Amino acid sequence: MSAVAKLRGMVLAFWRYRYLLYNLVSRDFKLKYRRSVLGVVWSVLNPLLMCLVYWAVFSSLMDMRGSGIDNFPVFLMCGQLLFNFFNEATSSGMSSVLSAAPLLKKVYIPKYIFPLEKCCFAMVNCLFSFVALLLVMVFTGSPFHWTVLQAVYPLATLFFFSMGVSLFLAASTVFFRDIMHIWSVFITALLYFSAIFYDPAQMTFNIGGFNMQQIIALNPIYWYITGFRRAVMWGQGLDLRMFEVCGACAILSMAVGVTVFRKTQDRFVLHI
Amino acid sequence: MEPIIRIENVSMCFNLSSEKHESLKEYFLAMVQGRLHYDEFYALKNVSLDIMPGDFYGLVGLNGSGKSTLLKTIAGVYKPTRGKVTVRGTIAPLIELGAGFDMDLTARENIYLNGTVLGFSPKYLDEKFDEIVEFSELQNFLDVPLKNYSSGMVARIGFAIATITKPQILIADEVLSVGDFLFQQKCEKRMQELMAGGTTVILVSHSIEQIERMCSKVAWLSHGVLKMNGDTKTVCEAYKAVQRGQA
Repeated sequence: MSAVAKLRGMVLAFWRYRYLLYNLVSRDFKLKYRRSVLGVVWSVLNPLLMCLVYWAVFSSLMDMRGSGIDNFPVFLMCGQLLFNFFNEATSSGMSSVLSAAPLLKKVYIPKYIFPLEKCCFAMVNCLFSFVALLLVMVFTGSPFHWTVLQAVYPLATLFFFSMGVSLFLAASTVFFRDIMHIWSVFITALLYFSAIFYDPAQMTFNIGGFNMQQIIALNPIYWYITGFRRAVMWGQGLDLRMFEVCGACAILSMAVGVTVFRKTQDRFVLHI
Repeated sequence: MEPIIRIENVSMCFNLSSEKHESLKEYFLAMVQGRLHYDEFYALKNVSLDIMPGDFYGLVGLNGSGKSTLLKTIAGVYKPTRGKVTVRGTIAPLIELGAGFDMDLTARENIYLNGTVLGFSPKYLDEKFDEIVEFSELQNFLDVPLKNYSSGMVARIGFAIATITKPQILIADEVLSVGDFLFQQKCEKRMQELMAGGTTVILVSHSIEQIERMCSKVAWLSHGVLKMNGDTKTVCEAYKAVQRGQA
């Protein structure tokens, strides 16, 4: 079969299952808020409260990094929302194939639907929490810039970056459940290296001859968050380097994720 | 006429390791110690079978003879270790009723979820919704979470959704054994209607009477090998003779 025909087949298969994707996302959404009094309001309230906690901790209790940053609450929120998206997408994507075991053992469904669905669901939640961001911006009197439209780029590339990571994690978790345990530790470490509640410019010390700023610059999440902040908070827009780094990380991640997933997916059903 | 399902020399191998290596440490330990050779178990050995459009095929065999594995390779759930399965047409898999149901959702929500698992569009499901409900006779329980249903009620909904369309191939694994006898009759009737409309049916059942009553052809699997294949009467007689001999 030629590559074009193959690709066409894949697109057709995906198109056939688009309603399933939609229904799975809506199922997750329904189940998340079923039997809670406030329901969807939690989508907005949760990031607000989380932000409040971080703000309280880092600006008063520990009073170390928050002081030098303009409009710390918005700064914090931008970082936190994007990081949360990445965390949610990859963590739930990771176990998505395993938890779909009853389904995968009985009917044929393209297996990538499950990590994809989790990433979409995380994105839906993320979009809801932007309401919280908006509230904080209004409340703190943060100015609005036209560059906010550019925020779509870091968001979209972050989506594909997370998707690639999810595919990779989902496939490897089927064979090694250890990944689940390691990943939660890794995510916590990543949290502190993503410049969510500090500005890397404030970091002046070195680790093993490397400047802290250089180390943080190795973290793709940091780039996505900074790109988002530039567009939403600082009104600077993205520079060329930011375009390149965000795009390249997304493409690389997708390439690795898709390859690993495709190579292993036929054996999933024997291990779940 | 071309067969609608062509099964060519299909073998399906499972790793019968009593301990699947589910952690990296175990895996590497096993690798270092050279224990990574699993016990292999062939659930299907070199099975070849052509199924023609319009056939009502029965599969018989004892537990563990590979019937369900064969159905799952046809449905695309398993990819055969060796050999090839070619299917020309849409499949409605009734491998286990209620695959794709989420027990926390209500019946109404599950009809849409399960329908889309089978590849139907929401619009189509809207149209057929009443018909599904009517067939399953569960009008009064539509907004109850499925976890509060009895297994028979779940099976009713599952059967109703899977057979709402006219699939080209219907795969049914032991599905008629759930539900009360009235519902079983109803299911049989629905399957015969489908077949009259040209649907190819593959049925697995332990009830030899049911196979004899419904199927036009029967394949007999024993320990993963296709032992006999032909018209219902011949195969069923031979099957029953062996069973009597063992009893």
